[in-house]
Amino acid sequence: MKFLDILGSASSNMLRSKVRTILTITAIFIGAFTITLTVGISSGVSSYIDKQLGNIGAENVLLIRPKVDLDTGSGPKKYDPEHTVNSAAQARSGNVTLTSKDIEKIKTQDGIKDVQPIIAAVPDYIQNGSGDKYQISTQSFIDGSRFDLASGKLPDNSAIQPEVLLPVSFVSPLGFSSNESAVGQTVTFAIKTSLGKQEMVSAKISGVQQQSLLSDAGGASANKKLISELTAIQTRGLPADTANKYPAASAQLASGISDSQLQMIKDGLKSKGYQALTVADQIGIIKQVIDAITYVLIFFGAIALLAASFGIINTLYMSVQERTKEIGLMKAMGMSRSKVFLLFSVEAILLGFWGSGIGALAAIGAGQLVNKIASAGFLKDLPGFSLTEFPILSIASIMLLIMTIAFLAGTLPARRAAKQDPIDALRYE
Amino acid sequence: MAKAIIGTEHLNKTYGKKDSLFIALKDINLDIKQGESIAIIGKSGSGKSTLMHLLALLDSPTSGEITVNGESSSRLSRRQKDKLRNKQFGFVFQQFFLNANNSVLDNVILPLKIAGKSRRERNRLGMKALEDVELADKANNKANDLSGGQKQRVVIARALINDPNIIFADEPTGNLDSVTGQKIEEMLFSLNKTKNITLIIVTHDADLAARCDRQIRIKDGQIEQETK
Repeated sequence: MKFLDILGSASSNMLRSKVRTILTITAIFIGAFTITLTVGISSGVSSYIDKQLGNIGAENVLLIRPKVDLDTGSGPKKYDPEHTVNSAAQARSGNVTLTSKDIEKIKTQDGIKDVQPIIAAVPDYIQNGSGDKYQISTQSFIDGSRFDLASGKLPDNSAIQPEVLLPVSFVSPLGFSSNESAVGQTVTFAIKTSLGKQEMVSAKISGVQQQSLLSDAGGASANKKLISELTAIQTRGLPADTANKYPAASAQLASGISDSQLQMIKDGLKSKGYQALTVADQIGIIKQVIDAITYVLIFFGAIALLAASFGIINTLYMSVQERTKEIGLMKAMGMSRSKVFLLFSVEAILLGFWGSGIGALAAIGAGQLVNKIASAGFLKDLPGFSLTEFPILSIASIMLLIMTIAFLAGTLPARRAAKQDPIDALRYE
Repeated sequence: MAKAIIGTEHLNKTYGKKDSLFIALKDINLDIKQGESIAIIGKSGSGKSTLMHLLALLDSPTSGEITVNGESSSRLSRRQKDKLRNKQFGFVFQQFFLNANNSVLDNVILPLKIAGKSRRERNRLGMKALEDVELADKANNKANDLSGGQKQRVVIARALINDPNIIFADEPTGNLDSVTGQKIEEMLFSLNKTKNITLIIVTHDADLAARCDRQIRIKDGQIEQETK
């Protein structure tokens, strides 16, 4: 018997008892739907997070902050001028900063190529021509960072002109008709000196950046020229040791660093009194939560599939029972055991195929619906984020897995059919 | 004298063990020649169906030999036996064993489907076999919609489709009224004459048995009488 004929026979056998087949397929459908949707959400979220990884900083970049001792349980700490760890009290007052001395100290850590302070400036407002004024914060753009660009380019730190990467939320308030039309335009920042005198700095918009889950809302990234002009104004008249304070620093790691080396660098910085986080560390917690939810849902899906595989076994046993005579006839006519086995196995695989196929399609449909609702609702502020994503490879492997489970479930009844004695079947007592 | 197509030598078949030992067949020696028609007769439980199953290679003897085309069946693998049945044997059953929901044509071509013939070849030979039994016009009907006589003709068409050397018929007229039974009988014997197909018929029907070249009467698992 040719394989195509077996496939055809198995298909028509499957449709012989429609209600039973539909019920079995429904059971597989539930499992396939749950697992596909879960995988869809998990891959949607992780691909978003991966994009965000670039948004926060490059992969071989450490974000370094002064270590904050949040241990307040053991009572007041004695003052120690040599002790570099900042207290919780200082942290709360926003007083925890890095100085140029810290930057030098960080540079001495092995494995670190370059350290750049992250410089923040707080202009009074941003304005396009004579339009409305909006509050904004700015910080220095670190080379190597990747942003989810909606339009344009990243700011160029070597440019002699001030440039800024604008969050997408500022585009229409500033009076630009689209992301594209904003790129290349000039906006004005107003910033006060320490004596309260307001000065203006103009900058070209190099690009527009998607809002992200993890980046500060309302923050613009400025190139070296812009940030130095802004900080120059902001710190004018301040004593040097107050002026050169940075909330954090960004350290470029030497390339080709292994995980254990990275840990050594982190530990080294920790002993020096700094807290160093990779981008992965920063979003690790979010990912862990998502992963945990994914595992739980997949577990439920797997239980549904386990139940469904008993359904397959039952359906096929009944089918073998009902078709005893037919099987006997085919064997009498020379159909080999292996072909009979194949006939029933293919039927099981077909049940798996239809159940998982329809389940996957329904999950994709539901995923699109969820995307639509979510992006109009609670994900409105996170453009570029689709809650569910269905890579063809994952779908295919889920279907393949379910078809394998169906096949395994089908082997029991198929074996019984294959071993059936044609004489028993053809006896007419 | 034609060559023996199928034969047995000291054929024994027993079921069970020791105390519950049941002897179904005892020392059966037969020689059936190409083109012969043989009736195996006997009461129910006499062992005549067991003998047919053994001859058709659906069952294995406890001891003794079955030779098909001069070759000992005990030397054949299961796969070779499957192939032999598929290519050289045709089966006609009292209870038809048609797939009720399939079309007449689909039922007829089942042996070719098992053999792995192409669809075109299958349908061509299927239609030819249906013409032989005068049912070509019913090819696309469901098997269930046919009368008993028509069903048995479909079964004959199915048995004929692989151009067999031997047709095994188990009570072929048992479920039919005498007129249709007669027609089926005619059909089988005309195949026997025109195509030189060997007929091995298990039957209760004395008239049908009498038309055969030889009658082998089985009683308590032994050949009681052989008449020509």
